[in-house]
Amino acid sequence: MAPTEVAAPRKTALNATHRQMGARMVDFAGWDMPVEYPPHGDRKAGGLIAEHMAVRNSVGIFDVSHMGDIRVHGPEALAAIQRMTMNDASKLSIGQCQYSALLYPEGTFVDDVIVHRLGENDYLLVINAGTREKDVNWVVGQADGFNCRVDNLSDNYTQIAIQGPNGVKVLQKLTDTDLSQVKFYWFTHGTVCGLPNTLIARTGYTAEDGFEIYVPADEATSARVWNEVMEAGKEFNVLPCGLGARNTLRLEGKLPLYGHEISESITVWEAGLDRFLKMDKGEFVGRTALAEQKEEGIRRTLIGLENIDRGIPRDGYKVFDLAGKEIGAVTSGSPAPFLKKNVALAYVPVELSASDTELNVEIRGQMVKCKVIPTPFYKRPKKA
Amino acid sequence: MAYPADFKYTKEHEWIKVEGNTGTIGITDHAQAALGDIVFVELPKVGAELKAGSSFGTVESVKAVSDLFAPVSGTVTEINADLATSPEKVNSDAHTAWMVKVNLKNPSEVNGLLSSTDYDKFVAEEK
Repeated sequence: MAPTEVAAPRKTALNATHRQMGARMVDFAGWDMPVEYPPHGDRKAGGLIAEHMAVRNSVGIFDVSHMGDIRVHGPEALAAIQRMTMNDASKLSIGQCQYSALLYPEGTFVDDVIVHRLGENDYLLVINAGTREKDVNWVVGQADGFNCRVDNLSDNYTQIAIQGPNGVKVLQKLTDTDLSQVKFYWFTHGTVCGLPNTLIARTGYTAEDGFEIYVPADEATSARVWNEVMEAGKEFNVLPCGLGARNTLRLEGKLPLYGHEISESITVWEAGLDRFLKMDKGEFVGRTALAEQKEEGIRRTLIGLENIDRGIPRDGYKVFDLAGKEIGAVTSGSPAPFLKKNVALAYVPVELSASDTELNVEIRGQMVKCKVIPTPFYKRPKKA
Repeated sequence: MAYPADFKYTKEHEWIKVEGNTGTIGITDHAQAALGDIVFVELPKVGAELKAGSSFGTVESVKAVSDLFAPVSGTVTEINADLATSPEKVNSDAHTAWMVKVNLKNPSEVNGLLSSTDYDKFVAEEK
């Protein structure tokens, strides 16, 4: 065996199910994942745009089992969580979730996380696929010295996201738990598809209402639940959705993606995530640097762009001022299927971040004029 | 999807149909499927000179940008303006949604391209 052989991509328990459904698979952060599900067999609709629209208008389901799960529990679990995350976990009731982040001492991102308070001194961090090992090591390191345990549960669960305005109706058919009692960013435990004590969280990464359920990671159970959700969703024209739609949905909602809008070199202030940063909660990793940065002020900030000229700004494309000076780069850019225009997120100097500021994005050697627009690009309609 | 027997193909997944000295060029069904939902097709202007093997435009799906490579050398005589407003036609029928027509500079270049049988085999092996 050649020692340089690249590790085979990891597979979720639903890998065979995706292939049976005709998914187009790609390597994502070392995982063999569906990027989209073109029309296949009896399913006449499919593909990235149809999947995106299904989530905005009705319901779509995603396999997000590649995400990681870390449980922190024990007498000093809260103290450990408070030290390693930027939001104030002491505000969480049991059954509540919170968007937060693990920070480096520099005030930059190890990862963003959703903190779930499972019990009195019991927390679950849901983390990104691409940063799983790094995050687990980081959490173990940060929890050192606190009287608590850190368990990496990442391989224990198949995580299925049921997203869109009709997601609640689909999942309600499969559980006796009253989902109307579960508010956005809260969770409960209930029987789903006959599986008792299933974690049901009203969370997601689509800027839409929806749920994420955590079921045992064996192949047979995972496939059964996936197929039952598909069947229950039939009357709502549910579509299986891949990472392609997941990305365009989160981009329309300006939900950050690690390695793009947040990273080890971008601070919380720059990313504009300070509404989740609680400087007054007490000491935590990154606080000192963030306090200094606040004093100094930031130089660059995350803005939204849309085209004036034709062209699609994409990840990594350079941004210039109208005088031709390079001022930043696109972190994520794509056609936005629901908004029917091309949008991008980019870091630019604060003085060029006001709405309607005109900037150029270099697209294959051509300067394409864009303008700064307010974000998020998409906000889900409030219930009547 | 069957690959028309009267077309010739490139390993970059373009097709060309030659009638007299005119070549009509598009991308294959395999290419459109791999790209996914196509949202933007950028074509050269009428009069532009294409060089066999060189990029003459781009096709963009939601996820990706892909270069269009000229199967042959020649002068662009017509472009399919319909694709500017309806790029999704490439997805629905790649073998009729042509992109450019060219006046062949060197018709013998066509002999170096793949037949439909060879292209079918090539695609099967790529998978």
